[in-house]
Order: sequence, then structure tokens, then C-alpha cells
Amino acid sequence: MSIDTETARRVAKLARIKVEDDQLPALASEFSAILGFIEQLNEVDVDGVEPMTSVTPQRLKRRDDVVTDGDQQEAVLKNAPDSREGFFAVPKVVE
Amino acid sequence: MTDLTKLTIAEARDAMRKGDTTSTEITNACLSAIEGSGALGAFVHHTPEIAADQAKAADVRIQAGDAPAMCGIPLGIKDLFCTKGVPSQAASGILEGFKPEYESTVTTQLFDAGAVMLGKLNMDEFAMGSSNETSVYGNAVNPWRRGNEDTALTPGGSSGGSASAVAADLCLAATGTDTGGSIRQPAAFVGITGLKPTYGRVSRWGIVAFASSLDQAGPMTKDVRDSAIMLQAMCGHDPKDSTSADLAAPDFEAALTGDIKGKTIGIPKEYRMDGMPEEIEKLWADGTAMLKDAGAKIVDITLPHTKYALPAYYVIAPAEASSNLARYDGVRFGHRAKLAQGDGITEMYEKTRAEGFGPEVQRRVMIGTYVLSAGFYDAYYNRARRVRALIKRDFDQVFADGVDAILTPATPSAAFGLGENMDPIQMYLNDVFTVTVNLAGLPGISVPAGLDSQGLPLGLQLIGRPWEEAELLNTAYALEQAAGFVAKPTKWW
Repeated sequence: MSIDTETARRVAKLARIKVEDDQLPALASEFSAILGFIEQLNEVDVDGVEPMTSVTPQRLKRRDDVVTDGDQQEAVLKNAPDSREGFFAVPKVVE
Repeated sequence: MTDLTKLTIAEARDAMRKGDTTSTEITNACLSAIEGSGALGAFVHHTPEIAADQAKAADVRIQAGDAPAMCGIPLGIKDLFCTKGVPSQAASGILEGFKPEYESTVTTQLFDAGAVMLGKLNMDEFAMGSSNETSVYGNAVNPWRRGNEDTALTPGGSSGGSASAVAADLCLAATGTDTGGSIRQPAAFVGITGLKPTYGRVSRWGIVAFASSLDQAGPMTKDVRDSAIMLQAMCGHDPKDSTSADLAAPDFEAALTGDIKGKTIGIPKEYRMDGMPEEIEKLWADGTAMLKDAGAKIVDITLPHTKYALPAYYVIAPAEASSNLARYDGVRFGHRAKLAQGDGITEMYEKTRAEGFGPEVQRRVMIGTYVLSAGFYDAYYNRARRVRALIKRDFDQVFADGVDAILTPATPSAAFGLGENMDPIQMYLNDVFTVTVNLAGLPGISVPAGLDSQGLPLGLQLIGRPWEEAELLNTAYALEQAAGFVAKPTKWW
């Protein structure tokens, strides 16, 4: 499947990665090559085969729904590029 | 003791217990070796103060006489593991400056056992790569060279720094992680042993996630015995990782008898690839003969869906990566782009991720986004997961037929030159023999088995039944003894 520049632009937008307009054709052609490689999968007969959800048959463990951790505001914010008054700070999102 | 850095874990353990040397002595020898190893690009963050403190504490425990096997052993830690207060960047610009407030389960267990951390090791960015060329730190370099050439060769990837460091005797062993071959391929390229355990044997908590259904941490060591010793300390159930298995681990080192009489070894015909170098063919045939001589029964087997493993992987791994890497948004940790006047939160995300992620990571995140997007989810992602189920079924079938382990080459070539392999799809083919094992969740081990005509190491891979690392290690031990690989790179760095 060939990916056009518009599709490349849309995928970059969905992935929240800024790609300059002049880079889009090269990106589209890389995507096309990789998707071409992936399309070998269409040769496989997968009728009646369930998509794998877990490679090991075991059931995920459960625990009681109780608080086991917390009260670590300082540690949580320690690596934030910008934090103010105990919160993560971001550019204005509401006008 | 002559050169302490050349010791195996087992030799160092025994020497320290006898009082012939101390952890402090071995650690200092490693730190000196690291200081002179800049040309290898293996260590990217140095932690000599932590190492000195840990070594001192280990020496006290060893003297008290009840120290575990890993006590006092100096290790390199792949940059993918979160280590408290120490940069943990996954070799990415987007985690620049990130110092975790917590310690991964694997490193916690290793340090509780007394192991010593020398520093953090180079790798491909977010473990995406097979040559260590996608790292923000620059390349890691293979200590081996082709004959007398001075061409810089790749140590493989993604655990390239781990491979280079162990092969060059900068540390006694290293941690690695393996999503499609990232322990086994680099181990083969540098002539060391690398083990990817069964999915769920080792906790993934605190390891920067790439593709969560495939990622598994494991040891990279100088021999098979060391992999057994180190796996013991790394593995076990962890309530913080819901996919970690609540299964008792056997004594892996005790399983190393070297006796594989009556075991059945499968040779899969689909791994005989067109254009495979003759030397790899020969190595494989030699390895088969060695196991036969050791008393194993050799059978031809078929794993019919092998051909589709790489394409399935290049849907599933990017899909999971696009989801896992969504967390790098410039809000909670790491890099945030400088914003222009009027930029809002969307521009912050887009600029941060464009600056912070390298080209291969961007490519995979976007491919993953595409295969998961509305209208393509069934055609790509669900189809790949169906094919994955068939790949696993192939293995289930041969194990049900009585095969104990499968022997294959570890890689389709010896180490190649840095910069020689620039096409993404050609690069992906490096993992052709290893990636099936991740898709099926099986344990696999790469054992150095010979040198090619240019004097570069080549490895063989053994694949075991799920949860049977002990048996797998024993088969690997028998292969190691028969192969008698002792070559070391000549020091040039």
C-alpha cells in the first residue's frame, strides 16, 4: 500500500510529532516501504484464529482495591520540566 | 590475581569467598578499565561513588560469610533500567535530565543481593535498533575487529553497550533487555552469552517500556554459568508487574550438569534462509553435531509461520510502542521544547516529541499509530496478532511432539560495520532468528560457538520450552563445553 503525503501528515498529527512539510514526502515513502514489508501478512490464512491477547495462558493477578501508595507529591513533581504550587504546569489550555 | 576484570561471576564469587580478593579490588579494576574505554562508547553514565559504597558493603557481607552469589559483583546496567537518582534515559533525548525517584525491580533485586553498579550502558534509543546507532549518546563500538582492519563494527543492538562492556572486560556482566533479539543478537556479535527468559520470568517494573507484550530483561555474561547465577538474582514474581509469573524458580546453576543424553533437539528447516553465509550454515551444522555427540537426539522440525514473524513483529512492536511512548509529552519528566509566543498545549506536545525522539523512534511511533488507527486496526494490528497466535502454535506443536530445545543460528551474519546498514528494513532482518522467540514468549539463549574467516565471533541460539530456563541453560552449557569458545578481542581502545 502506498502512503501519500496527506496520510503521512495525518499520522504525524495523530502521533503528536511535528513534521515539517518538506519532510512529508520522504516520510510517506518510508511508511510505504515498511507497510509493503508488513503486507506479507496477507498471505497467511488466519480464518478461525483468535488474535493473541496474552502469550502465557495465566490469568492476571488481582489484589484488593485499596490504596497502597501515595503522599509523594514532591517525588512525583521532581522531574517535571515546569511545576507550580504542587501541580504540573502546562501552557494555557482554556481561553 | 592477575586481571580481576577478566573474572567470571562464578570465579569472582569463589575468590571473594576464599578471601583471595575483595569486591573493592575488583570494582576498582573495573572502574580503571572503564576510564580507558571511551572509544567503545559503552558506559554513558558513570557511578563510581555508588560502586565504591556498594563494594564496601558487599565486602562486609562476604566477610560475615552469608553473602549471596551476586554479592560484590560489579555490573553494568543498561540505560533502560530506572535507577534511583541516576540518569535513566533509554538513550533518548526526550528523557534528558530524568533521574528516577525509584529503582526498577530487577536492579533492586540485584543490589539487594549485593551486586555493584559501575554505571549505565549505551543502547539503541528506547531499545529500537539492532546496531546501537540510534542512541542519543552516539554509537557503542564492538571491541572485535575484522582481522587487522580498523573499521569500527557494531556491537549489535539494542543492548550494544552491555555487549561491548562485557566483551571488553569493563564489567563482569551486564543487564540487557530483549524485545525482538536485543540481548541475543548483540551477545552473538561480541562473543558472549545472552539469555532472554520466558516472558513473565523477570519483572518489567521500572524498565522503560518499549513493547510490553514482548519486552523481557535478562543477563549478558561471559559464560553460561554466569547467566544461570545472574538470572537467579533477577527473576521472581513481582506484585508490581501484573504479567510477572507467580512461579517458583529452580536453582539454575545446580541444573548445569552438562548431561543432555536423551534430550531431543529440533532443527527447524525454515531457519535455513536464502543467501545465508556459508560460515553460518557450517556453524549451525557443527553445533548440531556437537549436541549429537553429547548424546542428544537430533530431529528435523518445521515451524511453518517463521517467515511471517518479522512482519508481525513490525506491526505489534510499533503499535505497543506508540501507546507506551505517548507518555513522553513534556509534562511530567524529561525534555520540553521551547515554545513560541502563542503556542498551546498541542504545539508543546508536537515540538517536544519532534525534538526529543530520534528518527527511528519517530518512524516506529508513527507506524504504530497508523496500524492502530480507525480503519486499519483489523487489517494490520488484529491480523498481526492472529499470525502471532499461529507462530506460537508452531512452537507448541513441536514441543508437544517431544522436542526439548531448538537449535538455530543467533544472527544471519557476523557484526557489520557502523554506518554500513542504513536501510530500515535491512536492519530489521538482523532479528530474523530471534524475533519468533519473543512473539511466542519463550526462553532463548545465544552462545558463542566460533569465529568467522575474518576472526569475528558467531553465536548459536537455543530456544527452550516456556519456564524451562534450567533445562535450556544446561543444554547451552553442554554446547558451550563442546564449542570451547575462548577467543577474546585484542585490545585497541
